[in-house]
Amino acid sequence: MSKPALPYKARDVVLPGDAACPGCPIPIAWKVLSAVFGDKMILVIPASCSSVVVGMYPGNSLKASVIHVPFASAAAVASGVAEALEKRGVSDVQVIAWAGDGGTADIGMASLSGAAERNHNFIYIMYDNEAYMNTGIQRSSSTPRGAWTTTTPILGKGEEKKDVARIMIAHGVPYVATASIGYVHDFYSKLVRASKIKGFKFISLHAPCPVGWRFDPRYTVRVARLAVETGLWILYEYYDGRIHLSGPSRPLLDPSKRKPVEEYLKLQGRFKNVDEKMVKSIQEYVENNWEWVKRHM
Amino acid sequence: MRVVVEPSRYKIPLARPSIGVAGKTGSWRLERPIVDNNACTRCFLCEIHCPVNVIRVEPETGVSINYDYCKGCGLCADVCPVGAIKMVPEE
Ligand SMILES: Cc1ncc(C[n+]2csc(CCOP(=O)(O)OP(=O)(O)O)c2C)c(N)n1
Ligand code: SF4
Ligand code: SF4
Ligand code: SF4
Ligand SMILES: [Mg+2]
Repeated sequence: MSKPALPYKARDVVLPGDAACPGCPIPIAWKVLSAVFGDKMILVIPASCSSVVVGMYPGNSLKASVIHVPFASAAAVASGVAEALEKRGVSDVQVIAWAGDGGTADIGMASLSGAAERNHNFIYIMYDNEAYMNTGIQRSSSTPRGAWTTTTPILGKGEEKKDVARIMIAHGVPYVATASIGYVHDFYSKLVRASKIKGFKFISLHAPCPVGWRFDPRYTVRVARLAVETGLWILYEYYDGRIHLSGPSRPLLDPSKRKPVEEYLKLQGRFKNVDEKMVKSIQEYVENNWEWVKRHM
Repeated sequence: MRVVVEPSRYKIPLARPSIGVAGKTGSWRLERPIVDNNACTRCFLCEIHCPVNVIRVEPETGVSINYDYCKGCGLCADVCPVGAIKMVPEE
């Protein structure tokens, strides 16, 4: 019997002793990337927690190539690297733009849109910890409604979370998916599928951050799974013009199978101050999201 | 005028893969994961999820943890389906 890629292929690339906080979702995701691509990947990383996690020159916590780039440029740099590899006939190295929600949903949106429209051959992964964590938990357009951040300190964020996956679907790119740190095997198979498709691929990866979301670091995976189990974070792939629900989310088409959103909210200090009215409207947000998904299946 | 660049005079500032870019992160630990290898079913979930990549599960010998770098987050104990990992306070 051959050995499964997870964990065996994830052993060598992510090196111990990086600068991530205990319980950080970022290196968990990198282990999954390495299980698929080994050291044959080039990560293009704009300013974010990830830039810090890999450590300072002359060290690098990843046994893979990393290009540190300024904000807003990740998708543009990755486009260039992907084209250069193609010109040189290198076909066994995966280019991955790896950016936070701030660096994607806000600051990197223009270059992301450009790369998608030109359909460059790389995978863009937005790891979504739902705020600007590296600079001290400021709200981003991807912060969910009701969440405390240092820039929404009293009432929590008033606006709805921006759905970047939908924006990318509207670009007509060949592959868009949502994934979660709580479902590493699902994330793994999405990366495998994405790597076989030529052109622009986008993955939105839900990545609970214990520091910014105010929960015990041991619960990173538990919180990620609850987001899916409550139906707040829907796991799907979009290709061939329609949504394909992923395994963990499939039973939740039936609303009675979804856990109440409170179970997700109550584990996190950032939702400590939400009142009943807010909980109700977050529940409505879940129902509306599912209606949208159903219409596109 | 043609400028001749001598390659040997330039160092490219390339960072190299290294263990412990943030030092021996085991010193951050407040709690230590202790594994009961008799209870362990070798499901690999703790190894797959450890953010520091310091857990190794071997079918014969069971689970081992590199405490030089384990940050004591407790995530392995939370994902273990049979409760084979306990977090105990560091001395
Ligand atoms: C042009 C520019 N503006 C601001 C910053 C400061 N900065 C560094 S990381 C960061 C937050 C990034 O947030 P996000 O993309 O969500 O990644 P996270 O830190 O949450 O992982 C900011 C604002 C910068 N480095 N460059
Ligand atoms: S703040 Fe959150 S995302 Fe950033 S390194 Fe710490 S745990 Fe990871
Ligand atoms: S406590 Fe955290 S860092 Fe230590 S072995 Fe468990 S998961 Fe890894
Ligand atoms: S998660 Fe628990 S049962 Fe599974 S390998 Fe680790 S210690 Fe053993
Ligand atoms: Mg962020």
